[in-house]
Amino acid sequence: MAATQEEIVTGLAEIVNEIAGIPVEDVQLDKSFTDDLDVDSLSMVEVVVAAEERFDVKIPDEDVKNLKTVGDAANYILKHQG
Amino acid sequence: MNSTNRTVVVTGIGATTPLGGDSASTWEGLMAGRSGVKPLEGERFADLPVRIAALAAVDPGDVLPRPLARKLDRSAQFALIAAREAWADAGFTAKAGEDESIAPERLGSVIASGIGGVITLLDQYDVLKEKGVRRVSPHTVPMLMPNGPAANVGLEVNAQAGVHTPVSACASGAEAIGYAVEMIRTGRADVVVAGGTEAAIHPLPIAAFANMMAMSKSNDEPEKASRPYDTGRDGFVLGEGAGVVILESAEHAAARGAKVYCEVLGQGLSADAHHIAQPEPTGRGIAAAMQNLLDSSDLKPSEVVHLNAHATSTPQGDLAEIKALRKVLGDDLDHVAISATKSMTGHLLGGAGGIETVATVLALHHRIAPPTINIDELDEAIDADIVRGEPRVLPEGPIAAINNSFGFGGHNVVLAFRSV
Repeated sequence: MAATQEEIVTGLAEIVNEIAGIPVEDVQLDKSFTDDLDVDSLSMVEVVVAAEERFDVKIPDEDVKNLKTVGDAANYILKHQG
Repeated sequence: MNSTNRTVVVTGIGATTPLGGDSASTWEGLMAGRSGVKPLEGERFADLPVRIAALAAVDPGDVLPRPLARKLDRSAQFALIAAREAWADAGFTAKAGEDESIAPERLGSVIASGIGGVITLLDQYDVLKEKGVRRVSPHTVPMLMPNGPAANVGLEVNAQAGVHTPVSACASGAEAIGYAVEMIRTGRADVVVAGGTEAAIHPLPIAAFANMMAMSKSNDEPEKASRPYDTGRDGFVLGEGAGVVILESAEHAAARGAKVYCEVLGQGLSADAHHIAQPEPTGRGIAAAMQNLLDSSDLKPSEVVHLNAHATSTPQGDLAEIKALRKVLGDDLDHVAISATKSMTGHLLGGAGGIETVATVLALHHRIAPPTINIDELDEAIDADIVRGEPRVLPEGPIAAINNSFGFGGHNVVLAFRSV
């Protein structure tokens, strides 16, 4: 059962909250992981692994660098989820 | 700015130990003669020959915000908590560079541990085996590296003069403080956050230490297990936590009007070159370190009134230390009130030099020596004045105290402090 974009953003918000302590309501489509959400490159790996598990998707390392905003990640997951 | 042999003082202290989550509650526990040793609950400890340890009184996960704590090994969590307390205690209210109190390039961080992030390493190996490669935390390396606590404390306060981690097993914390003293003396820094931390209460280190026959197996009486100088002592009890001090050049402390706990007179160092883990039984190496301290500082044996001993509660080690003290100090040892605080805190390995420096500084500051508990029958070979059962008031006037730390590998570190 594929998740909607809204469900994905909600899921990403919970993951970012757990990893970086950012309030879920601050995790919006236009927010940059690095600049706005206190997710550094190491923590981004954690976000990716948690998202892979949650949304049944594979996000190869070479694609991670393109996921700059929450919107980038949500769209990637929307397109690639199993 | 550069100079040599500048006077170094202690301007802040911080600790989180088996007796309390800060230095005040730790000191209160020491004065009360309270044991921090408890049974180890849980199935993973059930098959071990040793099922007791001095667990931290306050879990660091309850103190630090979770997003920060999850990126730090437990040893770094302890170090950060103790360093924050010491930093505030020294009167600093912001990171270096954010106000005029200290420039980042004049601030150092020297925090040591004996084993490093061993719990992270072992936990992540469990993750690798049970959940696979992808789930191994990307924070594993910065968490397990032994310099992690020093680096994280350095980041916290913006220390740019240098961040260092000397490693010498159970002497590591004391060696860190000695290294920090030299950074200030030689003009590299004006302020250094220095101390020791350890978090190794996990079945593997316990099994390994127990198989060396180094640990007490008094599982039925945890609070009586750590008993330095008692005839029934049967090994150390593992503890966890951190002790940190703020060291500062006397002129810098005076310029910013900081309160001063005491002066640091210097350090004496040596190596046993005897055995990788056994203490040299005559105390030859310890005596050499003590002599080096006397030769390299203006400490006079006549002014020493207190000594926080290494005394881990092992049959050989406790005795070798006292032999060395008698050899170097002679009759002057008779006026030294000796405390073995590991009887209460357990042995924090690389953290020991940190928390015992805090204890030594507070003993000078309050002019009272902590007790050594659990001596039911004093070993008659212990030819020295041991503070037993109750704290002991120290004399008025200028007084000095020594803190000893020795480590597997034959490392001997002796630090000396004088009242102000």
